[in-house]
Amino acid sequence: MKKIVQVTGPGIPLLLDDIDTDRIIPARYLRCVTFDGLGDHVFKDDREQHGDHVFDRDHHKDAKILIAGRNFGCGSSREHAPQALLRWGIEAIIAESFAEIFHGNCTALGIPCVHATPQQLKHIAAAVEADPSLHLTVCIETSTVTHGDTKHDCHIHEGTRTALVSGQWDYLGELLEGEPEIRATAGKLPYMTNFA
Amino acid sequence: MSDTRNLFNRVWDNHVVRELASGQSQIFIGQHLIHEVTSPQAFQMLRDRGLKVMYPERTLATVDHIIPTQNQARPFADDLAEEMMSAIEKNCDEFGITLLDLKDHRQGVVHIVGPELGVTQPGMTIVCGDSHTSTHGAFGSIAMGIGTSQVAAVLATQTLPMSRPKVRRIEVNGELGPGVFAKDVALFIIRKLGVQGGVGYAYEYAGTVFDAMTMEERMTVCNMSIEGGARCGYVNPDQTTIDYIRGRPFAPQGAAFERAAEYWLSLASGPDAEYDDVVVFDAADIEPTVTWGINPGQSVGVNEEIGAVDSFPASERAGVREALDFMELQEHQPIKGLKIDVAFVGSCTNGRISDLREAARVAEGHRVADHVRALIVPGSQQVRQQAEEEGLDKIFEEAGFQWRAAGCSMCLAMNPDKLSGREICASSSNRNFKGRQGSPTGRTLLMSPAMVAAAAIAGEVVDVREIAAPVGV
Ligand code: SF4
Repeated sequence: MKKIVQVTGPGIPLLLDDIDTDRIIPARYLRCVTFDGLGDHVFKDDREQHGDHVFDRDHHKDAKILIAGRNFGCGSSREHAPQALLRWGIEAIIAESFAEIFHGNCTALGIPCVHATPQQLKHIAAAVEADPSLHLTVCIETSTVTHGDTKHDCHIHEGTRTALVSGQWDYLGELLEGEPEIRATAGKLPYMTNFA
Repeated sequence: MSDTRNLFNRVWDNHVVRELASGQSQIFIGQHLIHEVTSPQAFQMLRDRGLKVMYPERTLATVDHIIPTQNQARPFADDLAEEMMSAIEKNCDEFGITLLDLKDHRQGVVHIVGPELGVTQPGMTIVCGDSHTSTHGAFGSIAMGIGTSQVAAVLATQTLPMSRPKVRRIEVNGELGPGVFAKDVALFIIRKLGVQGGVGYAYEYAGTVFDAMTMEERMTVCNMSIEGGARCGYVNPDQTTIDYIRGRPFAPQGAAFERAAEYWLSLASGPDAEYDDVVVFDAADIEPTVTWGINPGQSVGVNEEIGAVDSFPASERAGVREALDFMELQEHQPIKGLKIDVAFVGSCTNGRISDLREAARVAEGHRVADHVRALIVPGSQQVRQQAEEEGLDKIFEEAGFQWRAAGCSMCLAMNPDKLSGREICASSSNRNFKGRQGSPTGRTLLMSPAMVAAAAIAGEVVDVREIAAPVGV
């Protein structure tokens, strides 16, 4: 499995709070049986309503690292949301906090979710706005975000961090290895044996 | 030494398969529910890796999100919807999973049919690729929403990697006033604790208000746990729980049921159970509640005004301004009297028989205002049938409401039921996010089914207690 130890590339700032997954990918695009093509529709309604959305700006088109606010990805559990971001080109997200299901979905796709303070986020966003081609480096090993000479000590959930750097984020194989223990646990659960 | 674990931790401990290298636990999943929207890619992941479903009998499938609630003839008018229907039929057939399709009288919204069929039971771990899986916690189970990659993992291994959350007990004591419903309790809790107040927590709902609630009411509150940021919420099983499950088709029968009931009750948190946090509310403070904003925490009592931007914590003000702007509302504006265009009673939050009864009680003998389009959408075919046996459909139709077939309908509008343009909808569903009801600029006001019915009749937001003789919860 692929070990994910760092992500480097330009950033894209979207410092709003409580961005829900209906906004990241509106429900009408969930009428699909594969995730292909979702990248085109990321933030579709916001982009159409407001014009000049950051995801439409030419100088951010190569961005890999999304900088967001508080409670990012709340609402619906749809994995279509991180899938759409990933297909658009986002490989890491830095935010003040994440909704849990969204965080879990990102980890399962190998997208690191990095927690930063509001001050750090403002600082990083300002640097990206001043120079959109600026490369940010998210180091998963050390939970840091670096640009130029500035290094921010951030936070990545310990389980997520270990999973990404060890390549265990694609956990299906590891779960399958537990088959004997799975069957043993199932055998002890009263509802698996009609409460015998 | 006495066992001071709360229900959550007891159920969790029973389901730990082993510890993983990441530090998470591999957790056995007792019941898996799937629907047409978040499952097709998961089955494809299985095919790509040449995997089978490990326990096909522990997954139950239904169709709800994309199905039309008017013309259900196949093929559907919407090609993409038809493609998704065919996909779930093919996948369930190929992998040996029971599917409740449109021809099956047990079909309905996934979180309505699980409990209704007795599939949902205390002491289980239950997951579904849908965030409102928290509904099933009403039975004293650990029930949470998951993403599609996790759906694939559950199909292949019946397990998931998870980190144990903290547990917060939320007690609501006293008695709810007349015209105040479970939905108001849910909206009140989210308003008080915030839309992200529950991140990292499982919520245990308790206190005399929850003790007195029916199972359907408990489901309404647990359903909205996710809107408060908590991935799951639960109520300890008691005699109300046992009485509800007894006799349902997927429940244990006869002597096995008696053994099950004893086991279920033994899981409940005891008086000396320990929690990471405890919050206590007084039922007397809860009013019929209406959301005015673009997240379910932005709400007021129906007789209150929308607060001034400065009355919110500094960190929330930008969001409050964005919400006022989107909704075209002003600071200090009363919510009462706001004109509506559409009224929707339905969804896994409030699409059960008791919800329809409350709405019908308000509607009886009145007429829907001329400018309002009003839909009643039962949560399942069985709810629809029960309502028809009680004559509720006649009451609704005589009052000018449309009586529809079971499905998610206008809760998320992935089907033909949608808002258009800037319409304002009084809705018994769970999310008022921008664009949630199908029009990118449409506006949603969340409230109880009785309040929705009252708004449909008045043509504007009103206090249900002024329209109908109040019954209370
Ligand atoms: S009724 Fe709404 S919230 Fe419930 S499952 Fe359907 S779309 Fe999701």
